[in-house]
Amino acid sequence: MNGKYRILLPVLSLAFLLAAVFYLQPRAMSYFGLNLLFNLAVPIALATIAQMMIMMVNDIDLSIGTFVSFVACVTATFLHDTPVLGVAILLAAILAYAGLGALIHIRQLPAIVVTLGMSFVWGGLAVLLLPSPGGTAPVWIRSLMTVKPPLVPMAVVACVLIAGISHFLIMRSSTGTLLRAVGGNAQAVARSGWSVAKLKAGAYALAGFFGVLSGVCLVGLTTSADANIALRYTLLSIAGVILGGGEFTGGKISPVGAVIGALTLALAGSFLSFMRLSPDWQIGAQGAILILVLAVRLLFSRRNRKWKEAAQNG
Amino acid sequence: MQQATGAGVSAPDAPLVALTDARVHFGAVRALDGVSLTISPGECLGLIGHNGAGKSTAVNVINGGLTPTGGQVRYLLADGRDGSGLADAQACGIRSVFQELSLCPNLTVLESLRVIHRDLTGIGWRKVAQGRIAKALAEIFPGHQIEPGMTVGELTLAERQMVEIAAGFSDGRMPARLVILDEPTSSLDAAIARQLLSHINTFCAKGGAVIFISHMLGEVFDVATRIDVMKDGRIIASKPTSEFTQQGLIDAMGHVAAEKSAARAPGSAKTELGEEILKTPEGLSARKGEIVGLAGLAGHGQAEALARFYMSRSGKLGQVKQPEVAFVAGDRGRDGVMPIWSILRNLTLTHLPSLTNRGLVDRDGERRLAADWRSRIGIRTDNMDNLILSLSGGNQQKVLFARALASSAPIVVMDDPMRGVDVGTKQEAYQLIRNEAAGGRSFLWYSTETEEVCQCDRVFVFRNGRISAELTGDNINEENILAASFEMQGVGT
Amino acid sequence: MDKSFVLKLTDLPRRPWFWAFAASVLAFGATTYLTDGRGGAGLLSAALTFAAFSAIVGLGQMFVITLGPGNVDLSIPATMTLAATLALKFMHGETALVLPGLGVALLVGLGAGGFNYALIRLLRIPPIIATLSASFLYQSLAIWSNRGLRIKPPEVLADFTTGSFFGIPNMTLIGLLIAVLSWIVLERSIFGRWVSAFGQNTRAARLSGVPVEVVRAVTYISSAVLASLTGYFLASFSGGAALNMGAEYLLISIAVVVIGGSSIAGGNSNVPGIWGGALLMFLIVSMLNSYGLGAGVRLIMTGTIIIGIVAAASGKGRAV
Repeated sequence: MNGKYRILLPVLSLAFLLAAVFYLQPRAMSYFGLNLLFNLAVPIALATIAQMMIMMVNDIDLSIGTFVSFVACVTATFLHDTPVLGVAILLAAILAYAGLGALIHIRQLPAIVVTLGMSFVWGGLAVLLLPSPGGTAPVWIRSLMTVKPPLVPMAVVACVLIAGISHFLIMRSSTGTLLRAVGGNAQAVARSGWSVAKLKAGAYALAGFFGVLSGVCLVGLTTSADANIALRYTLLSIAGVILGGGEFTGGKISPVGAVIGALTLALAGSFLSFMRLSPDWQIGAQGAILILVLAVRLLFSRRNRKWKEAAQNG
Repeated sequence: MQQATGAGVSAPDAPLVALTDARVHFGAVRALDGVSLTISPGECLGLIGHNGAGKSTAVNVINGGLTPTGGQVRYLLADGRDGSGLADAQACGIRSVFQELSLCPNLTVLESLRVIHRDLTGIGWRKVAQGRIAKALAEIFPGHQIEPGMTVGELTLAERQMVEIAAGFSDGRMPARLVILDEPTSSLDAAIARQLLSHINTFCAKGGAVIFISHMLGEVFDVATRIDVMKDGRIIASKPTSEFTQQGLIDAMGHVAAEKSAARAPGSAKTELGEEILKTPEGLSARKGEIVGLAGLAGHGQAEALARFYMSRSGKLGQVKQPEVAFVAGDRGRDGVMPIWSILRNLTLTHLPSLTNRGLVDRDGERRLAADWRSRIGIRTDNMDNLILSLSGGNQQKVLFARALASSAPIVVMDDPMRGVDVGTKQEAYQLIRNEAAGGRSFLWYSTETEEVCQCDRVFVFRNGRISAELTGDNINEENILAASFEMQGVGT
Repeated sequence: MDKSFVLKLTDLPRRPWFWAFAASVLAFGATTYLTDGRGGAGLLSAALTFAAFSAIVGLGQMFVITLGPGNVDLSIPATMTLAATLALKFMHGETALVLPGLGVALLVGLGAGGFNYALIRLLRIPPIIATLSASFLYQSLAIWSNRGLRIKPPEVLADFTTGSFFGIPNMTLIGLLIAVLSWIVLERSIFGRWVSAFGQNTRAARLSGVPVEVVRAVTYISSAVLASLTGYFLASFSGGAALNMGAEYLLISIAVVVIGGSSIAGGNSNVPGIWGGALLMFLIVSMLNSYGLGAGVRLIMTGTIIIGIVAAASGKGRAV
């Protein structure tokens, strides 16, 4: 029951925000308007999915923002100049994520601190690669991100694809079920003879993979990179997972919700500029929207609980 | 219906599992000290003993989860070969249903099967899993209300246990040939427990084997063909069930169980109860010095009623030094124990505010309080600074009793506090409760065991979250309690 | 040598804070080695001063982290900035307003902490998200109130924060005083017990009569008040409040708690370790600086060292 309601609120809040934007700026209700609104949401959605993979196994990744920045730097330099080496570096980065997952589990380290440390490491590597903004996006990713499919803009198509694929991967496949089981009750999983270290490494590798996709897409949109390009993704991705109905513990996550949460956050930025809000209050209003959505969610779950109780007593 | 016959491939009497002089030593602790036992198809072995007698270790050795430090474990595989180790145990069709619930609350019922059954992969695995769990549930618990798509976290405790049991008996790549049930009925009400017992009988009749571990001796007698009694890591008695009596079993376990009637006689003589000191909206009430029991089938709102009452009378700063209520948890891990603290700190937590001076803790006073209760309640440890988790379950429970009783609260709320506690500790706790009640304390006592409820001065029976009967005096007996618990239900189920 | 003393010495490496101090000494040695010991006193004094700021915010964060998984205060940087901005604006460089200015800063802390708690309690938001969204509001408030103008602190206050007492920087003394008070609260007071109980098992704490909501409110408010205090002093120390003055303290406050040996799983806190971690964080950076390493390498080394210390410190004995 609850699992099905989980997705309802993110959908409603996105719809509400979208309606508000269209009301304020009717011209946004077009192919190009939508593309403009959601363009930057694609890398955020990917980073949110990456964060969700980590939260699925009861950890949290404070380094995803710097990781995406690092990937962006690699994409704009190595992947453009020497594609083979670039791909190798990105693969190594995914492997590093898997290794971190295993290390965190085997040595029983707090993920929040290890990823905090890693945020320095990725940030340092990014600074070494691109001390000042620059680089060039590989042509193929540039053209992929600017492709114009009929009827629906690329940004929307991409988000639907991300949501669909990650939903299948995590919610439907048998491996995804095992990964969620680790978040739900790692002890039981271990007792059934699975290697939790391997499973955790797998979840982290998936996070690394989606982080890489996020960085590559980001460069495809911005055409160049810098070492600080995606720092805010860390907080945005956590907020996105939560807005999407996910929880910090217990493996309770929703990939579709996470993508919608990311879209909502991305839209919030555009909404504020349409409102002609003083730039002083831009950040603050983003916080206020976050609080508002969570408050509504509380009302929702309360109402839900009351129904349940009524159903039980009646 | 087919799966059980798989056992018939080899000679019918060849044991599925044979332990020969199995030993498990953790440092100086001898968890298992030379155990030999065999289980053959068609057998139901009842395994009993106190907490810490080595039952859980024995189970873990039998299911391959733990490699013994000495001795041998052999499995008879379906094709007639011998084997050992975790993989062979699984290939042999050995399944375990553990005492602590081991499902993932975030998965659905059918998804839970994926964790246990390794062959559930590829396209269409959900259908297969759904088929297996639905079939097993329908076979064991006819009339159940569990859908394979339900999320485990939203099931009641009893339903979760039903799912776990069903998963243990379900079809798989290797059919279940030996199912180990460790306290399977602890959260089940009587009707569901009966369904399980009758399924075990059918399962064994078809050539399956079961190891049945329970504190409920009546159930063991109902279902077991043979009973092994464990004590201090050894099997001290092993006979066909018919050769044991209940009293004989308790004696064998090493505790002199008090006669039920004798246990009640001295306490019930007093009955000089004071004025009414509590009344809740749903109708619970208690007088000073009264032991009030909450009965009924498990999960019918007793625990919630207690929690609501406790929460409404505590938690404010003003109630810290003069608590109105104290709480004794039954689910120790969830509701009671502070895992990284010492026994001392765990014991004094509730009363500590009264031992402070300007917010600072009087540490000598704290030690005196703990030492006092250690001797009064008999906590078996040489040092109160040891970690609470170094104690056995029964002794941890004593610490939780002491935590509540050390406070000055006039009302003590107990949420099934004897869950998984051995007989000896139970008797000590009953005595303690009676003494405290005689001293003017009131108790609200929820228990899943009718025998315990029968010791109360007054009993409220719960059904569907409401009080369905209030029993006093001689009306408190098993018949009346069962009648009030089942009324209106019996027909459909 | 006394046997018990020997025992205590061999026991040291098992203390969770030992590694932080040991690594600090190493980093200090490596830095002064480069200069043949010259500048050691200056480095020490700088380390003690800057570590004090990290230690004070770290102590607040430690109280919060001790409440258990999910409890972390992400609003510390914004609260620091807001408190510093409002206090400096209020004082307007006038000596007479130094103490009322401190009062303003503390009030900001009270308000921010109270608001954080209200969000967590009333809206049942996970603390990470609550403090995060609240910090956006504080940030906007700080920007709006001052438009990024830098106001100089009163001269007396600036002198006090940069001065020292018998060779020990004043900031260090304040940091140590707050650490001692925190230690007493955590180890000797009933409130410390409650915080630890809350962090181990909130439900069990509630059922044992611990006033859990009071504990949580006081904890979040203390964290915000300590952050405001740090903001007030840091702005005076560095000649004015800047909008990004708190930015680096988010990571530092979490890092010092964990390097210092407090358990991120909750219930177990460690006051001496906070100072050890704070010293280490500063000394690593100055060591790498003095070896002439670029910003990139410095960041990588800092990160690697944090992970290394945590991996070394939490090898065994961690409750699951």
